[in-house]
Amino acid sequence: MNSRQIVATCQHIYEDMDFDYVRRWKETTRGDVIGILPVYFPKEILHAAGVLPIDLYGGGDIIDVVQGDSYYQSYICHIPRSMIDLGLSGRLNFLSGLICPFTCDVIRNFSGVWGMLFPDQYARFFDQPQNFDPEIGGEYLTDQLNEIMAHQAARGRTATTEQLNRSIFLYNENRRLIRRLYEQRVSQPWQIPAHEAYVLLRASGIMRVEESNALLRAYLADIGSIERKAEDKVRVIVSGAFCEQPSASLLRTIELSGCYIINDDFLLGNRYLDTDVEISDDPVRAISRAYLQSRVPSSCRFEEYDPKSARLVSLAQEQRADGVIFACPSFCDPALEDQPSYQQELEEAGIPFMTLQYSEDTRQFNVIREQVGTFSDSIRLAEATHA
Amino acid sequence: MNASTNTHGYKDAAMLAEKDLMAGYLHRLNTAQENGKKVCYTFVPGNLIELLHCFDVVPVFPEVLGLQMGMRRSSEHYIEMGERAGYSDDICSYVKSSVGMFMMDNVGPYGQPIPKPDFLFLVASQCFTFMKWWEILRKLFDCPIITIHLPYRHHNCMTADEAKYGLAQLTKVVIPQLEAATGIAFDIDQLRERLALSRQMEIDLAATLQAAAHTPSPIDAFSHALYYVGPINTYFRGTQEGVDFYRLARKTVEERVAANEGPMTPFGLLDEQKYRLVLECGITWDHFQEFNKILYDEKAVIVASTYTKVGGMYDSTEVLHDPSRPLESLIEHNMSNYCNNSLSDRVQLMEGYIRDYDADGFVVGSIKSCKSFSAGQLMMLQELERRTGMPGAFFECDMMDPRYFTEANVRTRLDSYFRMIDEKRRGV
Repeated sequence: MNSRQIVATCQHIYEDMDFDYVRRWKETTRGDVIGILPVYFPKEILHAAGVLPIDLYGGGDIIDVVQGDSYYQSYICHIPRSMIDLGLSGRLNFLSGLICPFTCDVIRNFSGVWGMLFPDQYARFFDQPQNFDPEIGGEYLTDQLNEIMAHQAARGRTATTEQLNRSIFLYNENRRLIRRLYEQRVSQPWQIPAHEAYVLLRASGIMRVEESNALLRAYLADIGSIERKAEDKVRVIVSGAFCEQPSASLLRTIELSGCYIINDDFLLGNRYLDTDVEISDDPVRAISRAYLQSRVPSSCRFEEYDPKSARLVSLAQEQRADGVIFACPSFCDPALEDQPSYQQELEEAGIPFMTLQYSEDTRQFNVIREQVGTFSDSIRLAEATHA
Repeated sequence: MNASTNTHGYKDAAMLAEKDLMAGYLHRLNTAQENGKKVCYTFVPGNLIELLHCFDVVPVFPEVLGLQMGMRRSSEHYIEMGERAGYSDDICSYVKSSVGMFMMDNVGPYGQPIPKPDFLFLVASQCFTFMKWWEILRKLFDCPIITIHLPYRHHNCMTADEAKYGLAQLTKVVIPQLEAATGIAFDIDQLRERLALSRQMEIDLAATLQAAAHTPSPIDAFSHALYYVGPINTYFRGTQEGVDFYRLARKTVEERVAANEGPMTPFGLLDEQKYRLVLECGITWDHFQEFNKILYDEKAVIVASTYTKVGGMYDSTEVLHDPSRPLESLIEHNMSNYCNNSLSDRVQLMEGYIRDYDADGFVVGSIKSCKSFSAGQLMMLQELERRTGMPGAFFECDMMDPRYFTEANVRTRLDSYFRMIDEKRRGV
């Protein structure tokens, strides 16, 4: 497949809210499927046990929420509502479990909501340690992962050390390929439009990692084959969209409004670790170690004296970003609570920024287009004035 | 009748004593730094106050300041200042009020500056926003922060792994850092003594709150109980003053039970009680009196509430501080607080309240700011209705942002709810 065909395939998987890909896998293998909500869970331990771990981000702008609104107040974000609709409509009836990481209180409590709605499923809250000492937080994380593995083993899904290391190898490769994709976007953003990379990674989160790796490799190998010319666009980083996801159309709107999105925090879980997990005799501990050591800025990690706002500034400077767009989902506490600190640091560093709020089902883009267009024009104007 | 009246209406002896205690705490706080004591900012839910007492630290509770801003009807101003600093109206109003207070030279709701922290003490449990809030405060105050992360009780109990994680942080991180911050060596025997005092307070408070099972209920388990949980949630757990207070509170309530008296409300005695309700969550502090007046007008009494359990499951003696295993006990107590419990445990607790306190119904007041409390409440409501066969009432508000409270709306909702209970009683 060439890159166009790959993107078309991925677009189909991304938009398919009946999850045909997953259903076919389940029919063929009789395996278990476990859903994972944002932001991070080490899929390796499920994959090693023969389970298909899939990233779930709600229904986006693809389904209309019918029942979910009766489970959540007006001031709660959108993702749990559409998850409920997906669940109650039977679209997720292939799941044997759902893992809800401690991304925020809404996702935390969602583990309880899901457990009450679907008592036959394994609804598991996953509490990432906020202590990063390997002897303390590392032990706790290892204990939790072992407990989840023991639960899978009780269902006949055991994972040997060898299988775990094989899964780690595959996910290391996956993360490396995704990092390469991001590096290419920084150096030649016109070659990999953000909305295209996004669709690729959304689909990738649903697929078997082996297949995802093959697709990513093929896409990266083929990107030069399509002639795309660099345009007079400003280079921006989009920040704040790590949990409830913007639609691909929203990203396209930003790009059509004079921006190259050179970096972002969409689908952050797939690159939450910034180094390879070590292949070792104790793979679960190796996964824990990689989590503790990762320095990927995240609103879901407690930062004592190493503020992520400073790292965003460094990232913007290193990657020659002209500006930052804070695109946060409405009612997203972690993103919105971090935003003022980020803004202050950017202001001090002289890096322009703008803010916009969305929900996953935002379908009207005129205002966003005007806002972003004005932002990119202002950056270009300032550059022209200084030139 | 052991009651006094003032401009706020009736207050019993314990309620008046509570005001004195809290005034004493404020005095200690205002003079702490001149007396060479360290000041730290920490939380109401899940605080480790007995441990802080061992280091002679005077705590500030920004949530309590927020509450006071609301009660004194100045919260909107603080919140607006926080919003001017860039914090969205979508986020927690407690966070915004403390940012607002910082921007106003840290002048608190009493009109005096609140001492700036020598350090922050983050007990990351109960609520994700705590962690974000303390990140913000650390940046604003540019001071050290001591952190312990205690897990959410999603297994419906504290597991051995969770206890191990908590203990390791206490012994390897928190205690050494408190020693370094204060220059005081940790004395585990002092901690045991403090926990013994806490235990006694908890036993007396449990008896006080359980008295609501009596008909008529001698307390309002929300507005009244807030006075009762004030000292134990804040500075006074693990102190002799606290023990004395809870002995008095218990005695006061037991006397009212013996006399078949209802609770003192700001509007008078509530002896005639038409509706016994369980309340999940809280109410806008700015409109505390208005909410209570709605209940008073309808002769409704809250017999059990969850909001008063955010600092401890105080109407139960299942989780008492235990001096014989002091550090484990601190963690266990912290993790058992209401908001740190799974939704299924929360439903079970409310179901038990409805049964044990012979309630006619339950009301869910949903707080916009507090997702820890509110996200999932509509599921809880549906589940409780299914389990009890009893409909629940629901309204939205905020804990301190007056823009999210409309008295007429809440009154209409509760009126309809009471009429529904009437109809049910008549068998319609």
